Amino acid sequence: MSAGADAIAAPATAQRKQSGRLLTALLLAPSALWFFVLLILPLAVVLIYSVGVRAPAGGYQAAFTFDNYLNLPARWTAFKNTLTLAPLGTLICLLAGYPLAYFLAVKSSARWRVLLLILVIVPFWTSFLIRTYAWIFILGGRGIPALLDSIGIPDVRLINTPFAVMCGIVYAYLPLMVFPIYVSLEKLDKRLLEASEDLGAGPFATFRQITLPLSAPGIITGCMLVFILLMGEYLIPQMLGGGKVFFIGNALVDLFLQSLNWPYGSAVAMALVAIMLVTVSLYLRATAATGGRRDASLI
Amino acid sequence: MTSWSEPRAAAVARTASAPVDVEFRGVTKRFGAVVAVDDISFEIPRGSFHSFLGPSGCGKTTSLRLIAGFEQPDAGEVAIGGRSMVGVPAYRRPVNMVFQHYALFPHMNVADNVGYGLRQARPKLDRAEIDRRVAETLDLVRLPKMGARRIWELSGGQQQRVALARALVNRPTVLLLDEPLAALDRKLRRDMQIELQNLQRDVGITFILVTHDQEEALSMSDTIAIMRDGKIVQFGTPQLLYDAPANRYVADFVGESNFLTGNVTATHANGASIALSHGPVLKARWSAAGDHLSAGEECVIAVRPEVIGLWPIGQAPADLDVRRQGQVRNRIYLGDHTEFSLQVPELGELMVRLPKSDPLAMSLQPGDVAEIGWRADQALALRAT
Repeated sequence: MSAGADAIAAPATAQRKQSGRLLTALLLAPSALWFFVLLILPLAVVLIYSVGVRAPAGGYQAAFTFDNYLNLPARWTAFKNTLTLAPLGTLICLLAGYPLAYFLAVKSSARWRVLLLILVIVPFWTSFLIRTYAWIFILGGRGIPALLDSIGIPDVRLINTPFAVMCGIVYAYLPLMVFPIYVSLEKLDKRLLEASEDLGAGPFATFRQITLPLSAPGIITGCMLVFILLMGEYLIPQMLGGGKVFFIGNALVDLFLQSLNWPYGSAVAMALVAIMLVTVSLYLRATAATGGRRDASLI
Repeated sequence: MTSWSEPRAAAVARTASAPVDVEFRGVTKRFGAVVAVDDISFEIPRGSFHSFLGPSGCGKTTSLRLIAGFEQPDAGEVAIGGRSMVGVPAYRRPVNMVFQHYALFPHMNVADNVGYGLRQARPKLDRAEIDRRVAETLDLVRLPKMGARRIWELSGGQQQRVALARALVNRPTVLLLDEPLAALDRKLRRDMQIELQNLQRDVGITFILVTHDQEEALSMSDTIAIMRDGKIVQFGTPQLLYDAPANRYVADFVGESNFLTGNVTATHANGASIALSHGPVLKARWSAAGDHLSAGEECVIAVRPEVIGLWPIGQAPADLDVRRQGQVRNRIYLGDHTEFSLQVPELGELMVRLPKSDPLAMSLQPGDVAEIGWRADQALALRAT
């Protein structure tokens, strides 16, 4: 708009702008309040607790000390487990989920696609707890080990091992990896693959240069969803790890509910938050790099 | 751009004796119960501009995809540059394609799109060589210095040129164009038609175009294959198709015609007498590329709007074979010529095209009665299907 037209339209525009801002504020207010009360406020409380000391009878007593943070290495195992099993679980989900998403989006016929997608979702229709119990039976003494024993491989122990935890993790989180990748592959223009082939790229070269980069947004989203949720995982290590393979989440439950050491628990929680922040900022940087691609795929 | 000049000699030497670049030998392609391409054979000489023309579903796009290697024939054989393409995948064929909606890679800029084909070459080409050829090809399609642009920053016409450059950069034996101009507006389409023709002459590569736009096919091609239901109805130069259509379908698809249906009553040395359904018997000559029908067979007389003349009552020349009076229904002024539709007793509604120079072109108005007629050697007797 030219300067002259701007001047003429100014009063009406200003009014419209003002009412527009009011509307924006009104629409954002509920979620802003929600975030403040349920996210910022509790986080502030945890931050304050983390510099306090344990009351003699358990709980929190006001103080200002960094001892809790200096004590973090005492929980090194929980951090180590989380920081190795969460990325590993994410990687396995990606390696298992990408081919599945690719098959669903590219190879399956339209008739079967809906049915297959439903099959991916079906496990969500039963309680997570029940599904994890099922894994206890499968991996427990009368499950796969019994089967192996009958064919002459005795003394295999699966339950309460990192392997069992990993099985539960991949099983539970695979759909979260599959769907974002499926979406990005599904909207991939198949003619681009023909164009690539036409220009001399074989199937693998086409996958590497066209399919993979154009599904990167789905890969990043899927990995972050799985990774962030895995970092806070509690139930699967508890049930399938049997207290032997424990995550930060298990350490927190232990500190808050068993030892009643709220300040120390808060420090562990803050450390988890700090790790998350680093990861999310890396995530934002990665998406910024592929942002152009995402815009472009709208063409 | 010396590298483009070797095939140019072939383009100049474009004659009937030129080597064959694309050959179909009894090619059939089925999709389930549908026969998309039905036992077709033809040869396209090196360096020529060929078009497949027909309505949607006639098999023209499938023919193109058979050449590209996206489809394999169920029977018969496709040969490119004298080599059989049986079992050769698309990525090993010496052809490149300009896709209907360009199919440019959205995650690459212009230069990376154009250089894509070169980066697939094994042994690898070095970076400088790729850059040089990309710049050269962008110059060729008149997009110099646009290499760093993102695809979505380009207009439709520019995207079209990038698609063209991307397909030409590998210097294919044959360039395939799948309705490449369909997405452009009319003015831009005209410009691109001329540019494509010039480009084809410059690079000397065989161009094969698929289109449903008869004007596009006529204006650009050396040869055209008119297709229907998976078969080639007629294969020839634009002039042959216009002047000597094989049947009514071709006459209808290429240019415009008035059609009068009837049955052959008698055959002559170079034509026939045809009794129209409304009674009158008219004479017409056989099309040079059409069948000679025998008495009793169904036949249509095709008369181009521009061969029909209009005169004031009583002033028509004496040598006309068909001579009637008709009333003007509509008049459409089109600048250099004017189109009239006239209601003519026994013949029905006829379209007539008068050049601007004709004295009646400006004066004749709807409701006026004029004398209308043509000579029998200007009307074609064609098979009805």
